[in-house]
Amino acid sequence: MTTKGFTEVDANAAQQLLASPERPILIDVREQNEWDAGYLHGATHAPKGTISFAIANIAPDKSAPILLYCAGGVRSAAAAETLAGLGYTNLRSMAGGIKGWSEAGLPVVETTTLTPEQKSRYSRHLLLPGVGAEGQAKLLDARVLLVGAGGLGAPAALYLAAAGVGHLRIIDFDVVEASNLQRQVIHTTERVGMPKVESAAVQIRALNPDVQVEPINGALTVDNVASLLDGVDVVIDGTDTFEARYALNDAAVKLGIPVVHAGVFRFEGQLTVLAPGRGPCYRCLHPTPPPPEMAPGCGVAGVLGVLPGAIGVLQATEALKLLLGIGEPLIGRLLLWDALEGSFTELTVQRDPHCAACGSAATAKGVQS
Amino acid sequence: MSVSVRIPPVLRAHVGGVKVVQMSGATLGEVLSALVVAHADLREQIFESDGALRRWVNVYVDGADARHLAGLETPTPAGIEVVILPAMAGGSR
Ligand SMILES: [Zn+2]
Repeated sequence: MTTKGFTEVDANAAQQLLASPERPILIDVREQNEWDAGYLHGATHAPKGTISFAIANIAPDKSAPILLYCAGGVRSAAAAETLAGLGYTNLRSMAGGIKGWSEAGLPVVETTTLTPEQKSRYSRHLLLPGVGAEGQAKLLDARVLLVGAGGLGAPAALYLAAAGVGHLRIIDFDVVEASNLQRQVIHTTERVGMPKVESAAVQIRALNPDVQVEPINGALTVDNVASLLDGVDVVIDGTDTFEARYALNDAAVKLGIPVVHAGVFRFEGQLTVLAPGRGPCYRCLHPTPPPPEMAPGCGVAGVLGVLPGAIGVLQATEALKLLLGIGEPLIGRLLLWDALEGSFTELTVQRDPHCAACGSAATAKGVQS
Repeated sequence: MSVSVRIPPVLRAHVGGVKVVQMSGATLGEVLSALVVAHADLREQIFESDGALRRWVNVYVDGADARHLAGLETPTPAGIEVVILPAMAGGSR
């Protein structure tokens, strides 16, 4: 069949290809209503009529292996011919389509029940390879804890809410002050004097009614950290005290929950993902905190307003990557951004085998409790 | 034998506000000693009284944590970059 520029494979051969290390990009070329009734795991949706436009985003590399399917195998063959005409060289079409696949006893993913409003709201996510309806459903089911609704937490919370992360638990003990508004864009002039978590909740609900917000007006302590982490998938660390940061770290290590850590100072910021078991924890980087006089904060040193904005949005990006299981999270890598230079520097950070929180001795003795 | 030492923003006041200083030395210990001789205020920021690095100050040689290399004995060939990075306080409240 290669004379047409593509090969036809049956359902069982397709399944073997999908399980192989050279897994092809799987594209469903049926219409929306057919896709909604169920599709194959890991498929990207691109209806036949749009595939010549969509393909550049799905497979920028024309030699990448691609496997197309439809309901019965006719439309996917036509789509493969279209792609061959565009210069794609490694094309397969599944003969028999999803019907043949089901008849062979292979599993079809029941599509998630996104409402018409959600399909519209998240349409740009639904188009993305690696996100799609499955990924959006993961986000809607996810729970993120934001420690702090300030410089870093404000932008992170807004973008996580916009992305449809279904549950945001936010803890902060501050009230909104006029001096926050230069960078904490989740708050407004009108809400000066309101507790930050309430102000954040108002803005999140206005942005996305899909998101359940759980505002907690208080401080993270060693006593409440375990309950704050209950059911949480990822933490955004926007703490600005070392006590809170170490309490968060030790509990997150114990519970195996990744923390997206960041800090900002004047014109510079830093960011890393602390993923228990996969990379270092905060104590691996800094076993002990500095005395307060040696660690000035932004309150005395100042910070360019966009700095925490950009770094907070990078934190949200890392959280989304972790929730979706896509890309290369910043685990074991510390990213420094110098806004004035316009430069990024990446440092390698490693686990400390003797770490009091995540080292082998700590695990054996459970010392972090 | 010139090595670039990147000074973090929290410590820049101790070196007259500059971001990068050039130092010489065959090892990290020699480079940092030269640094604190040239900028005396830095000494207590990065060294304990016994000459060890402060535990909250990390130093990276060519992008890797010196503690996972040879510590202050880590060689510093000419042209290499040293980054000093203390624990950062702020989430910007
Ligand atoms: Zn650790």
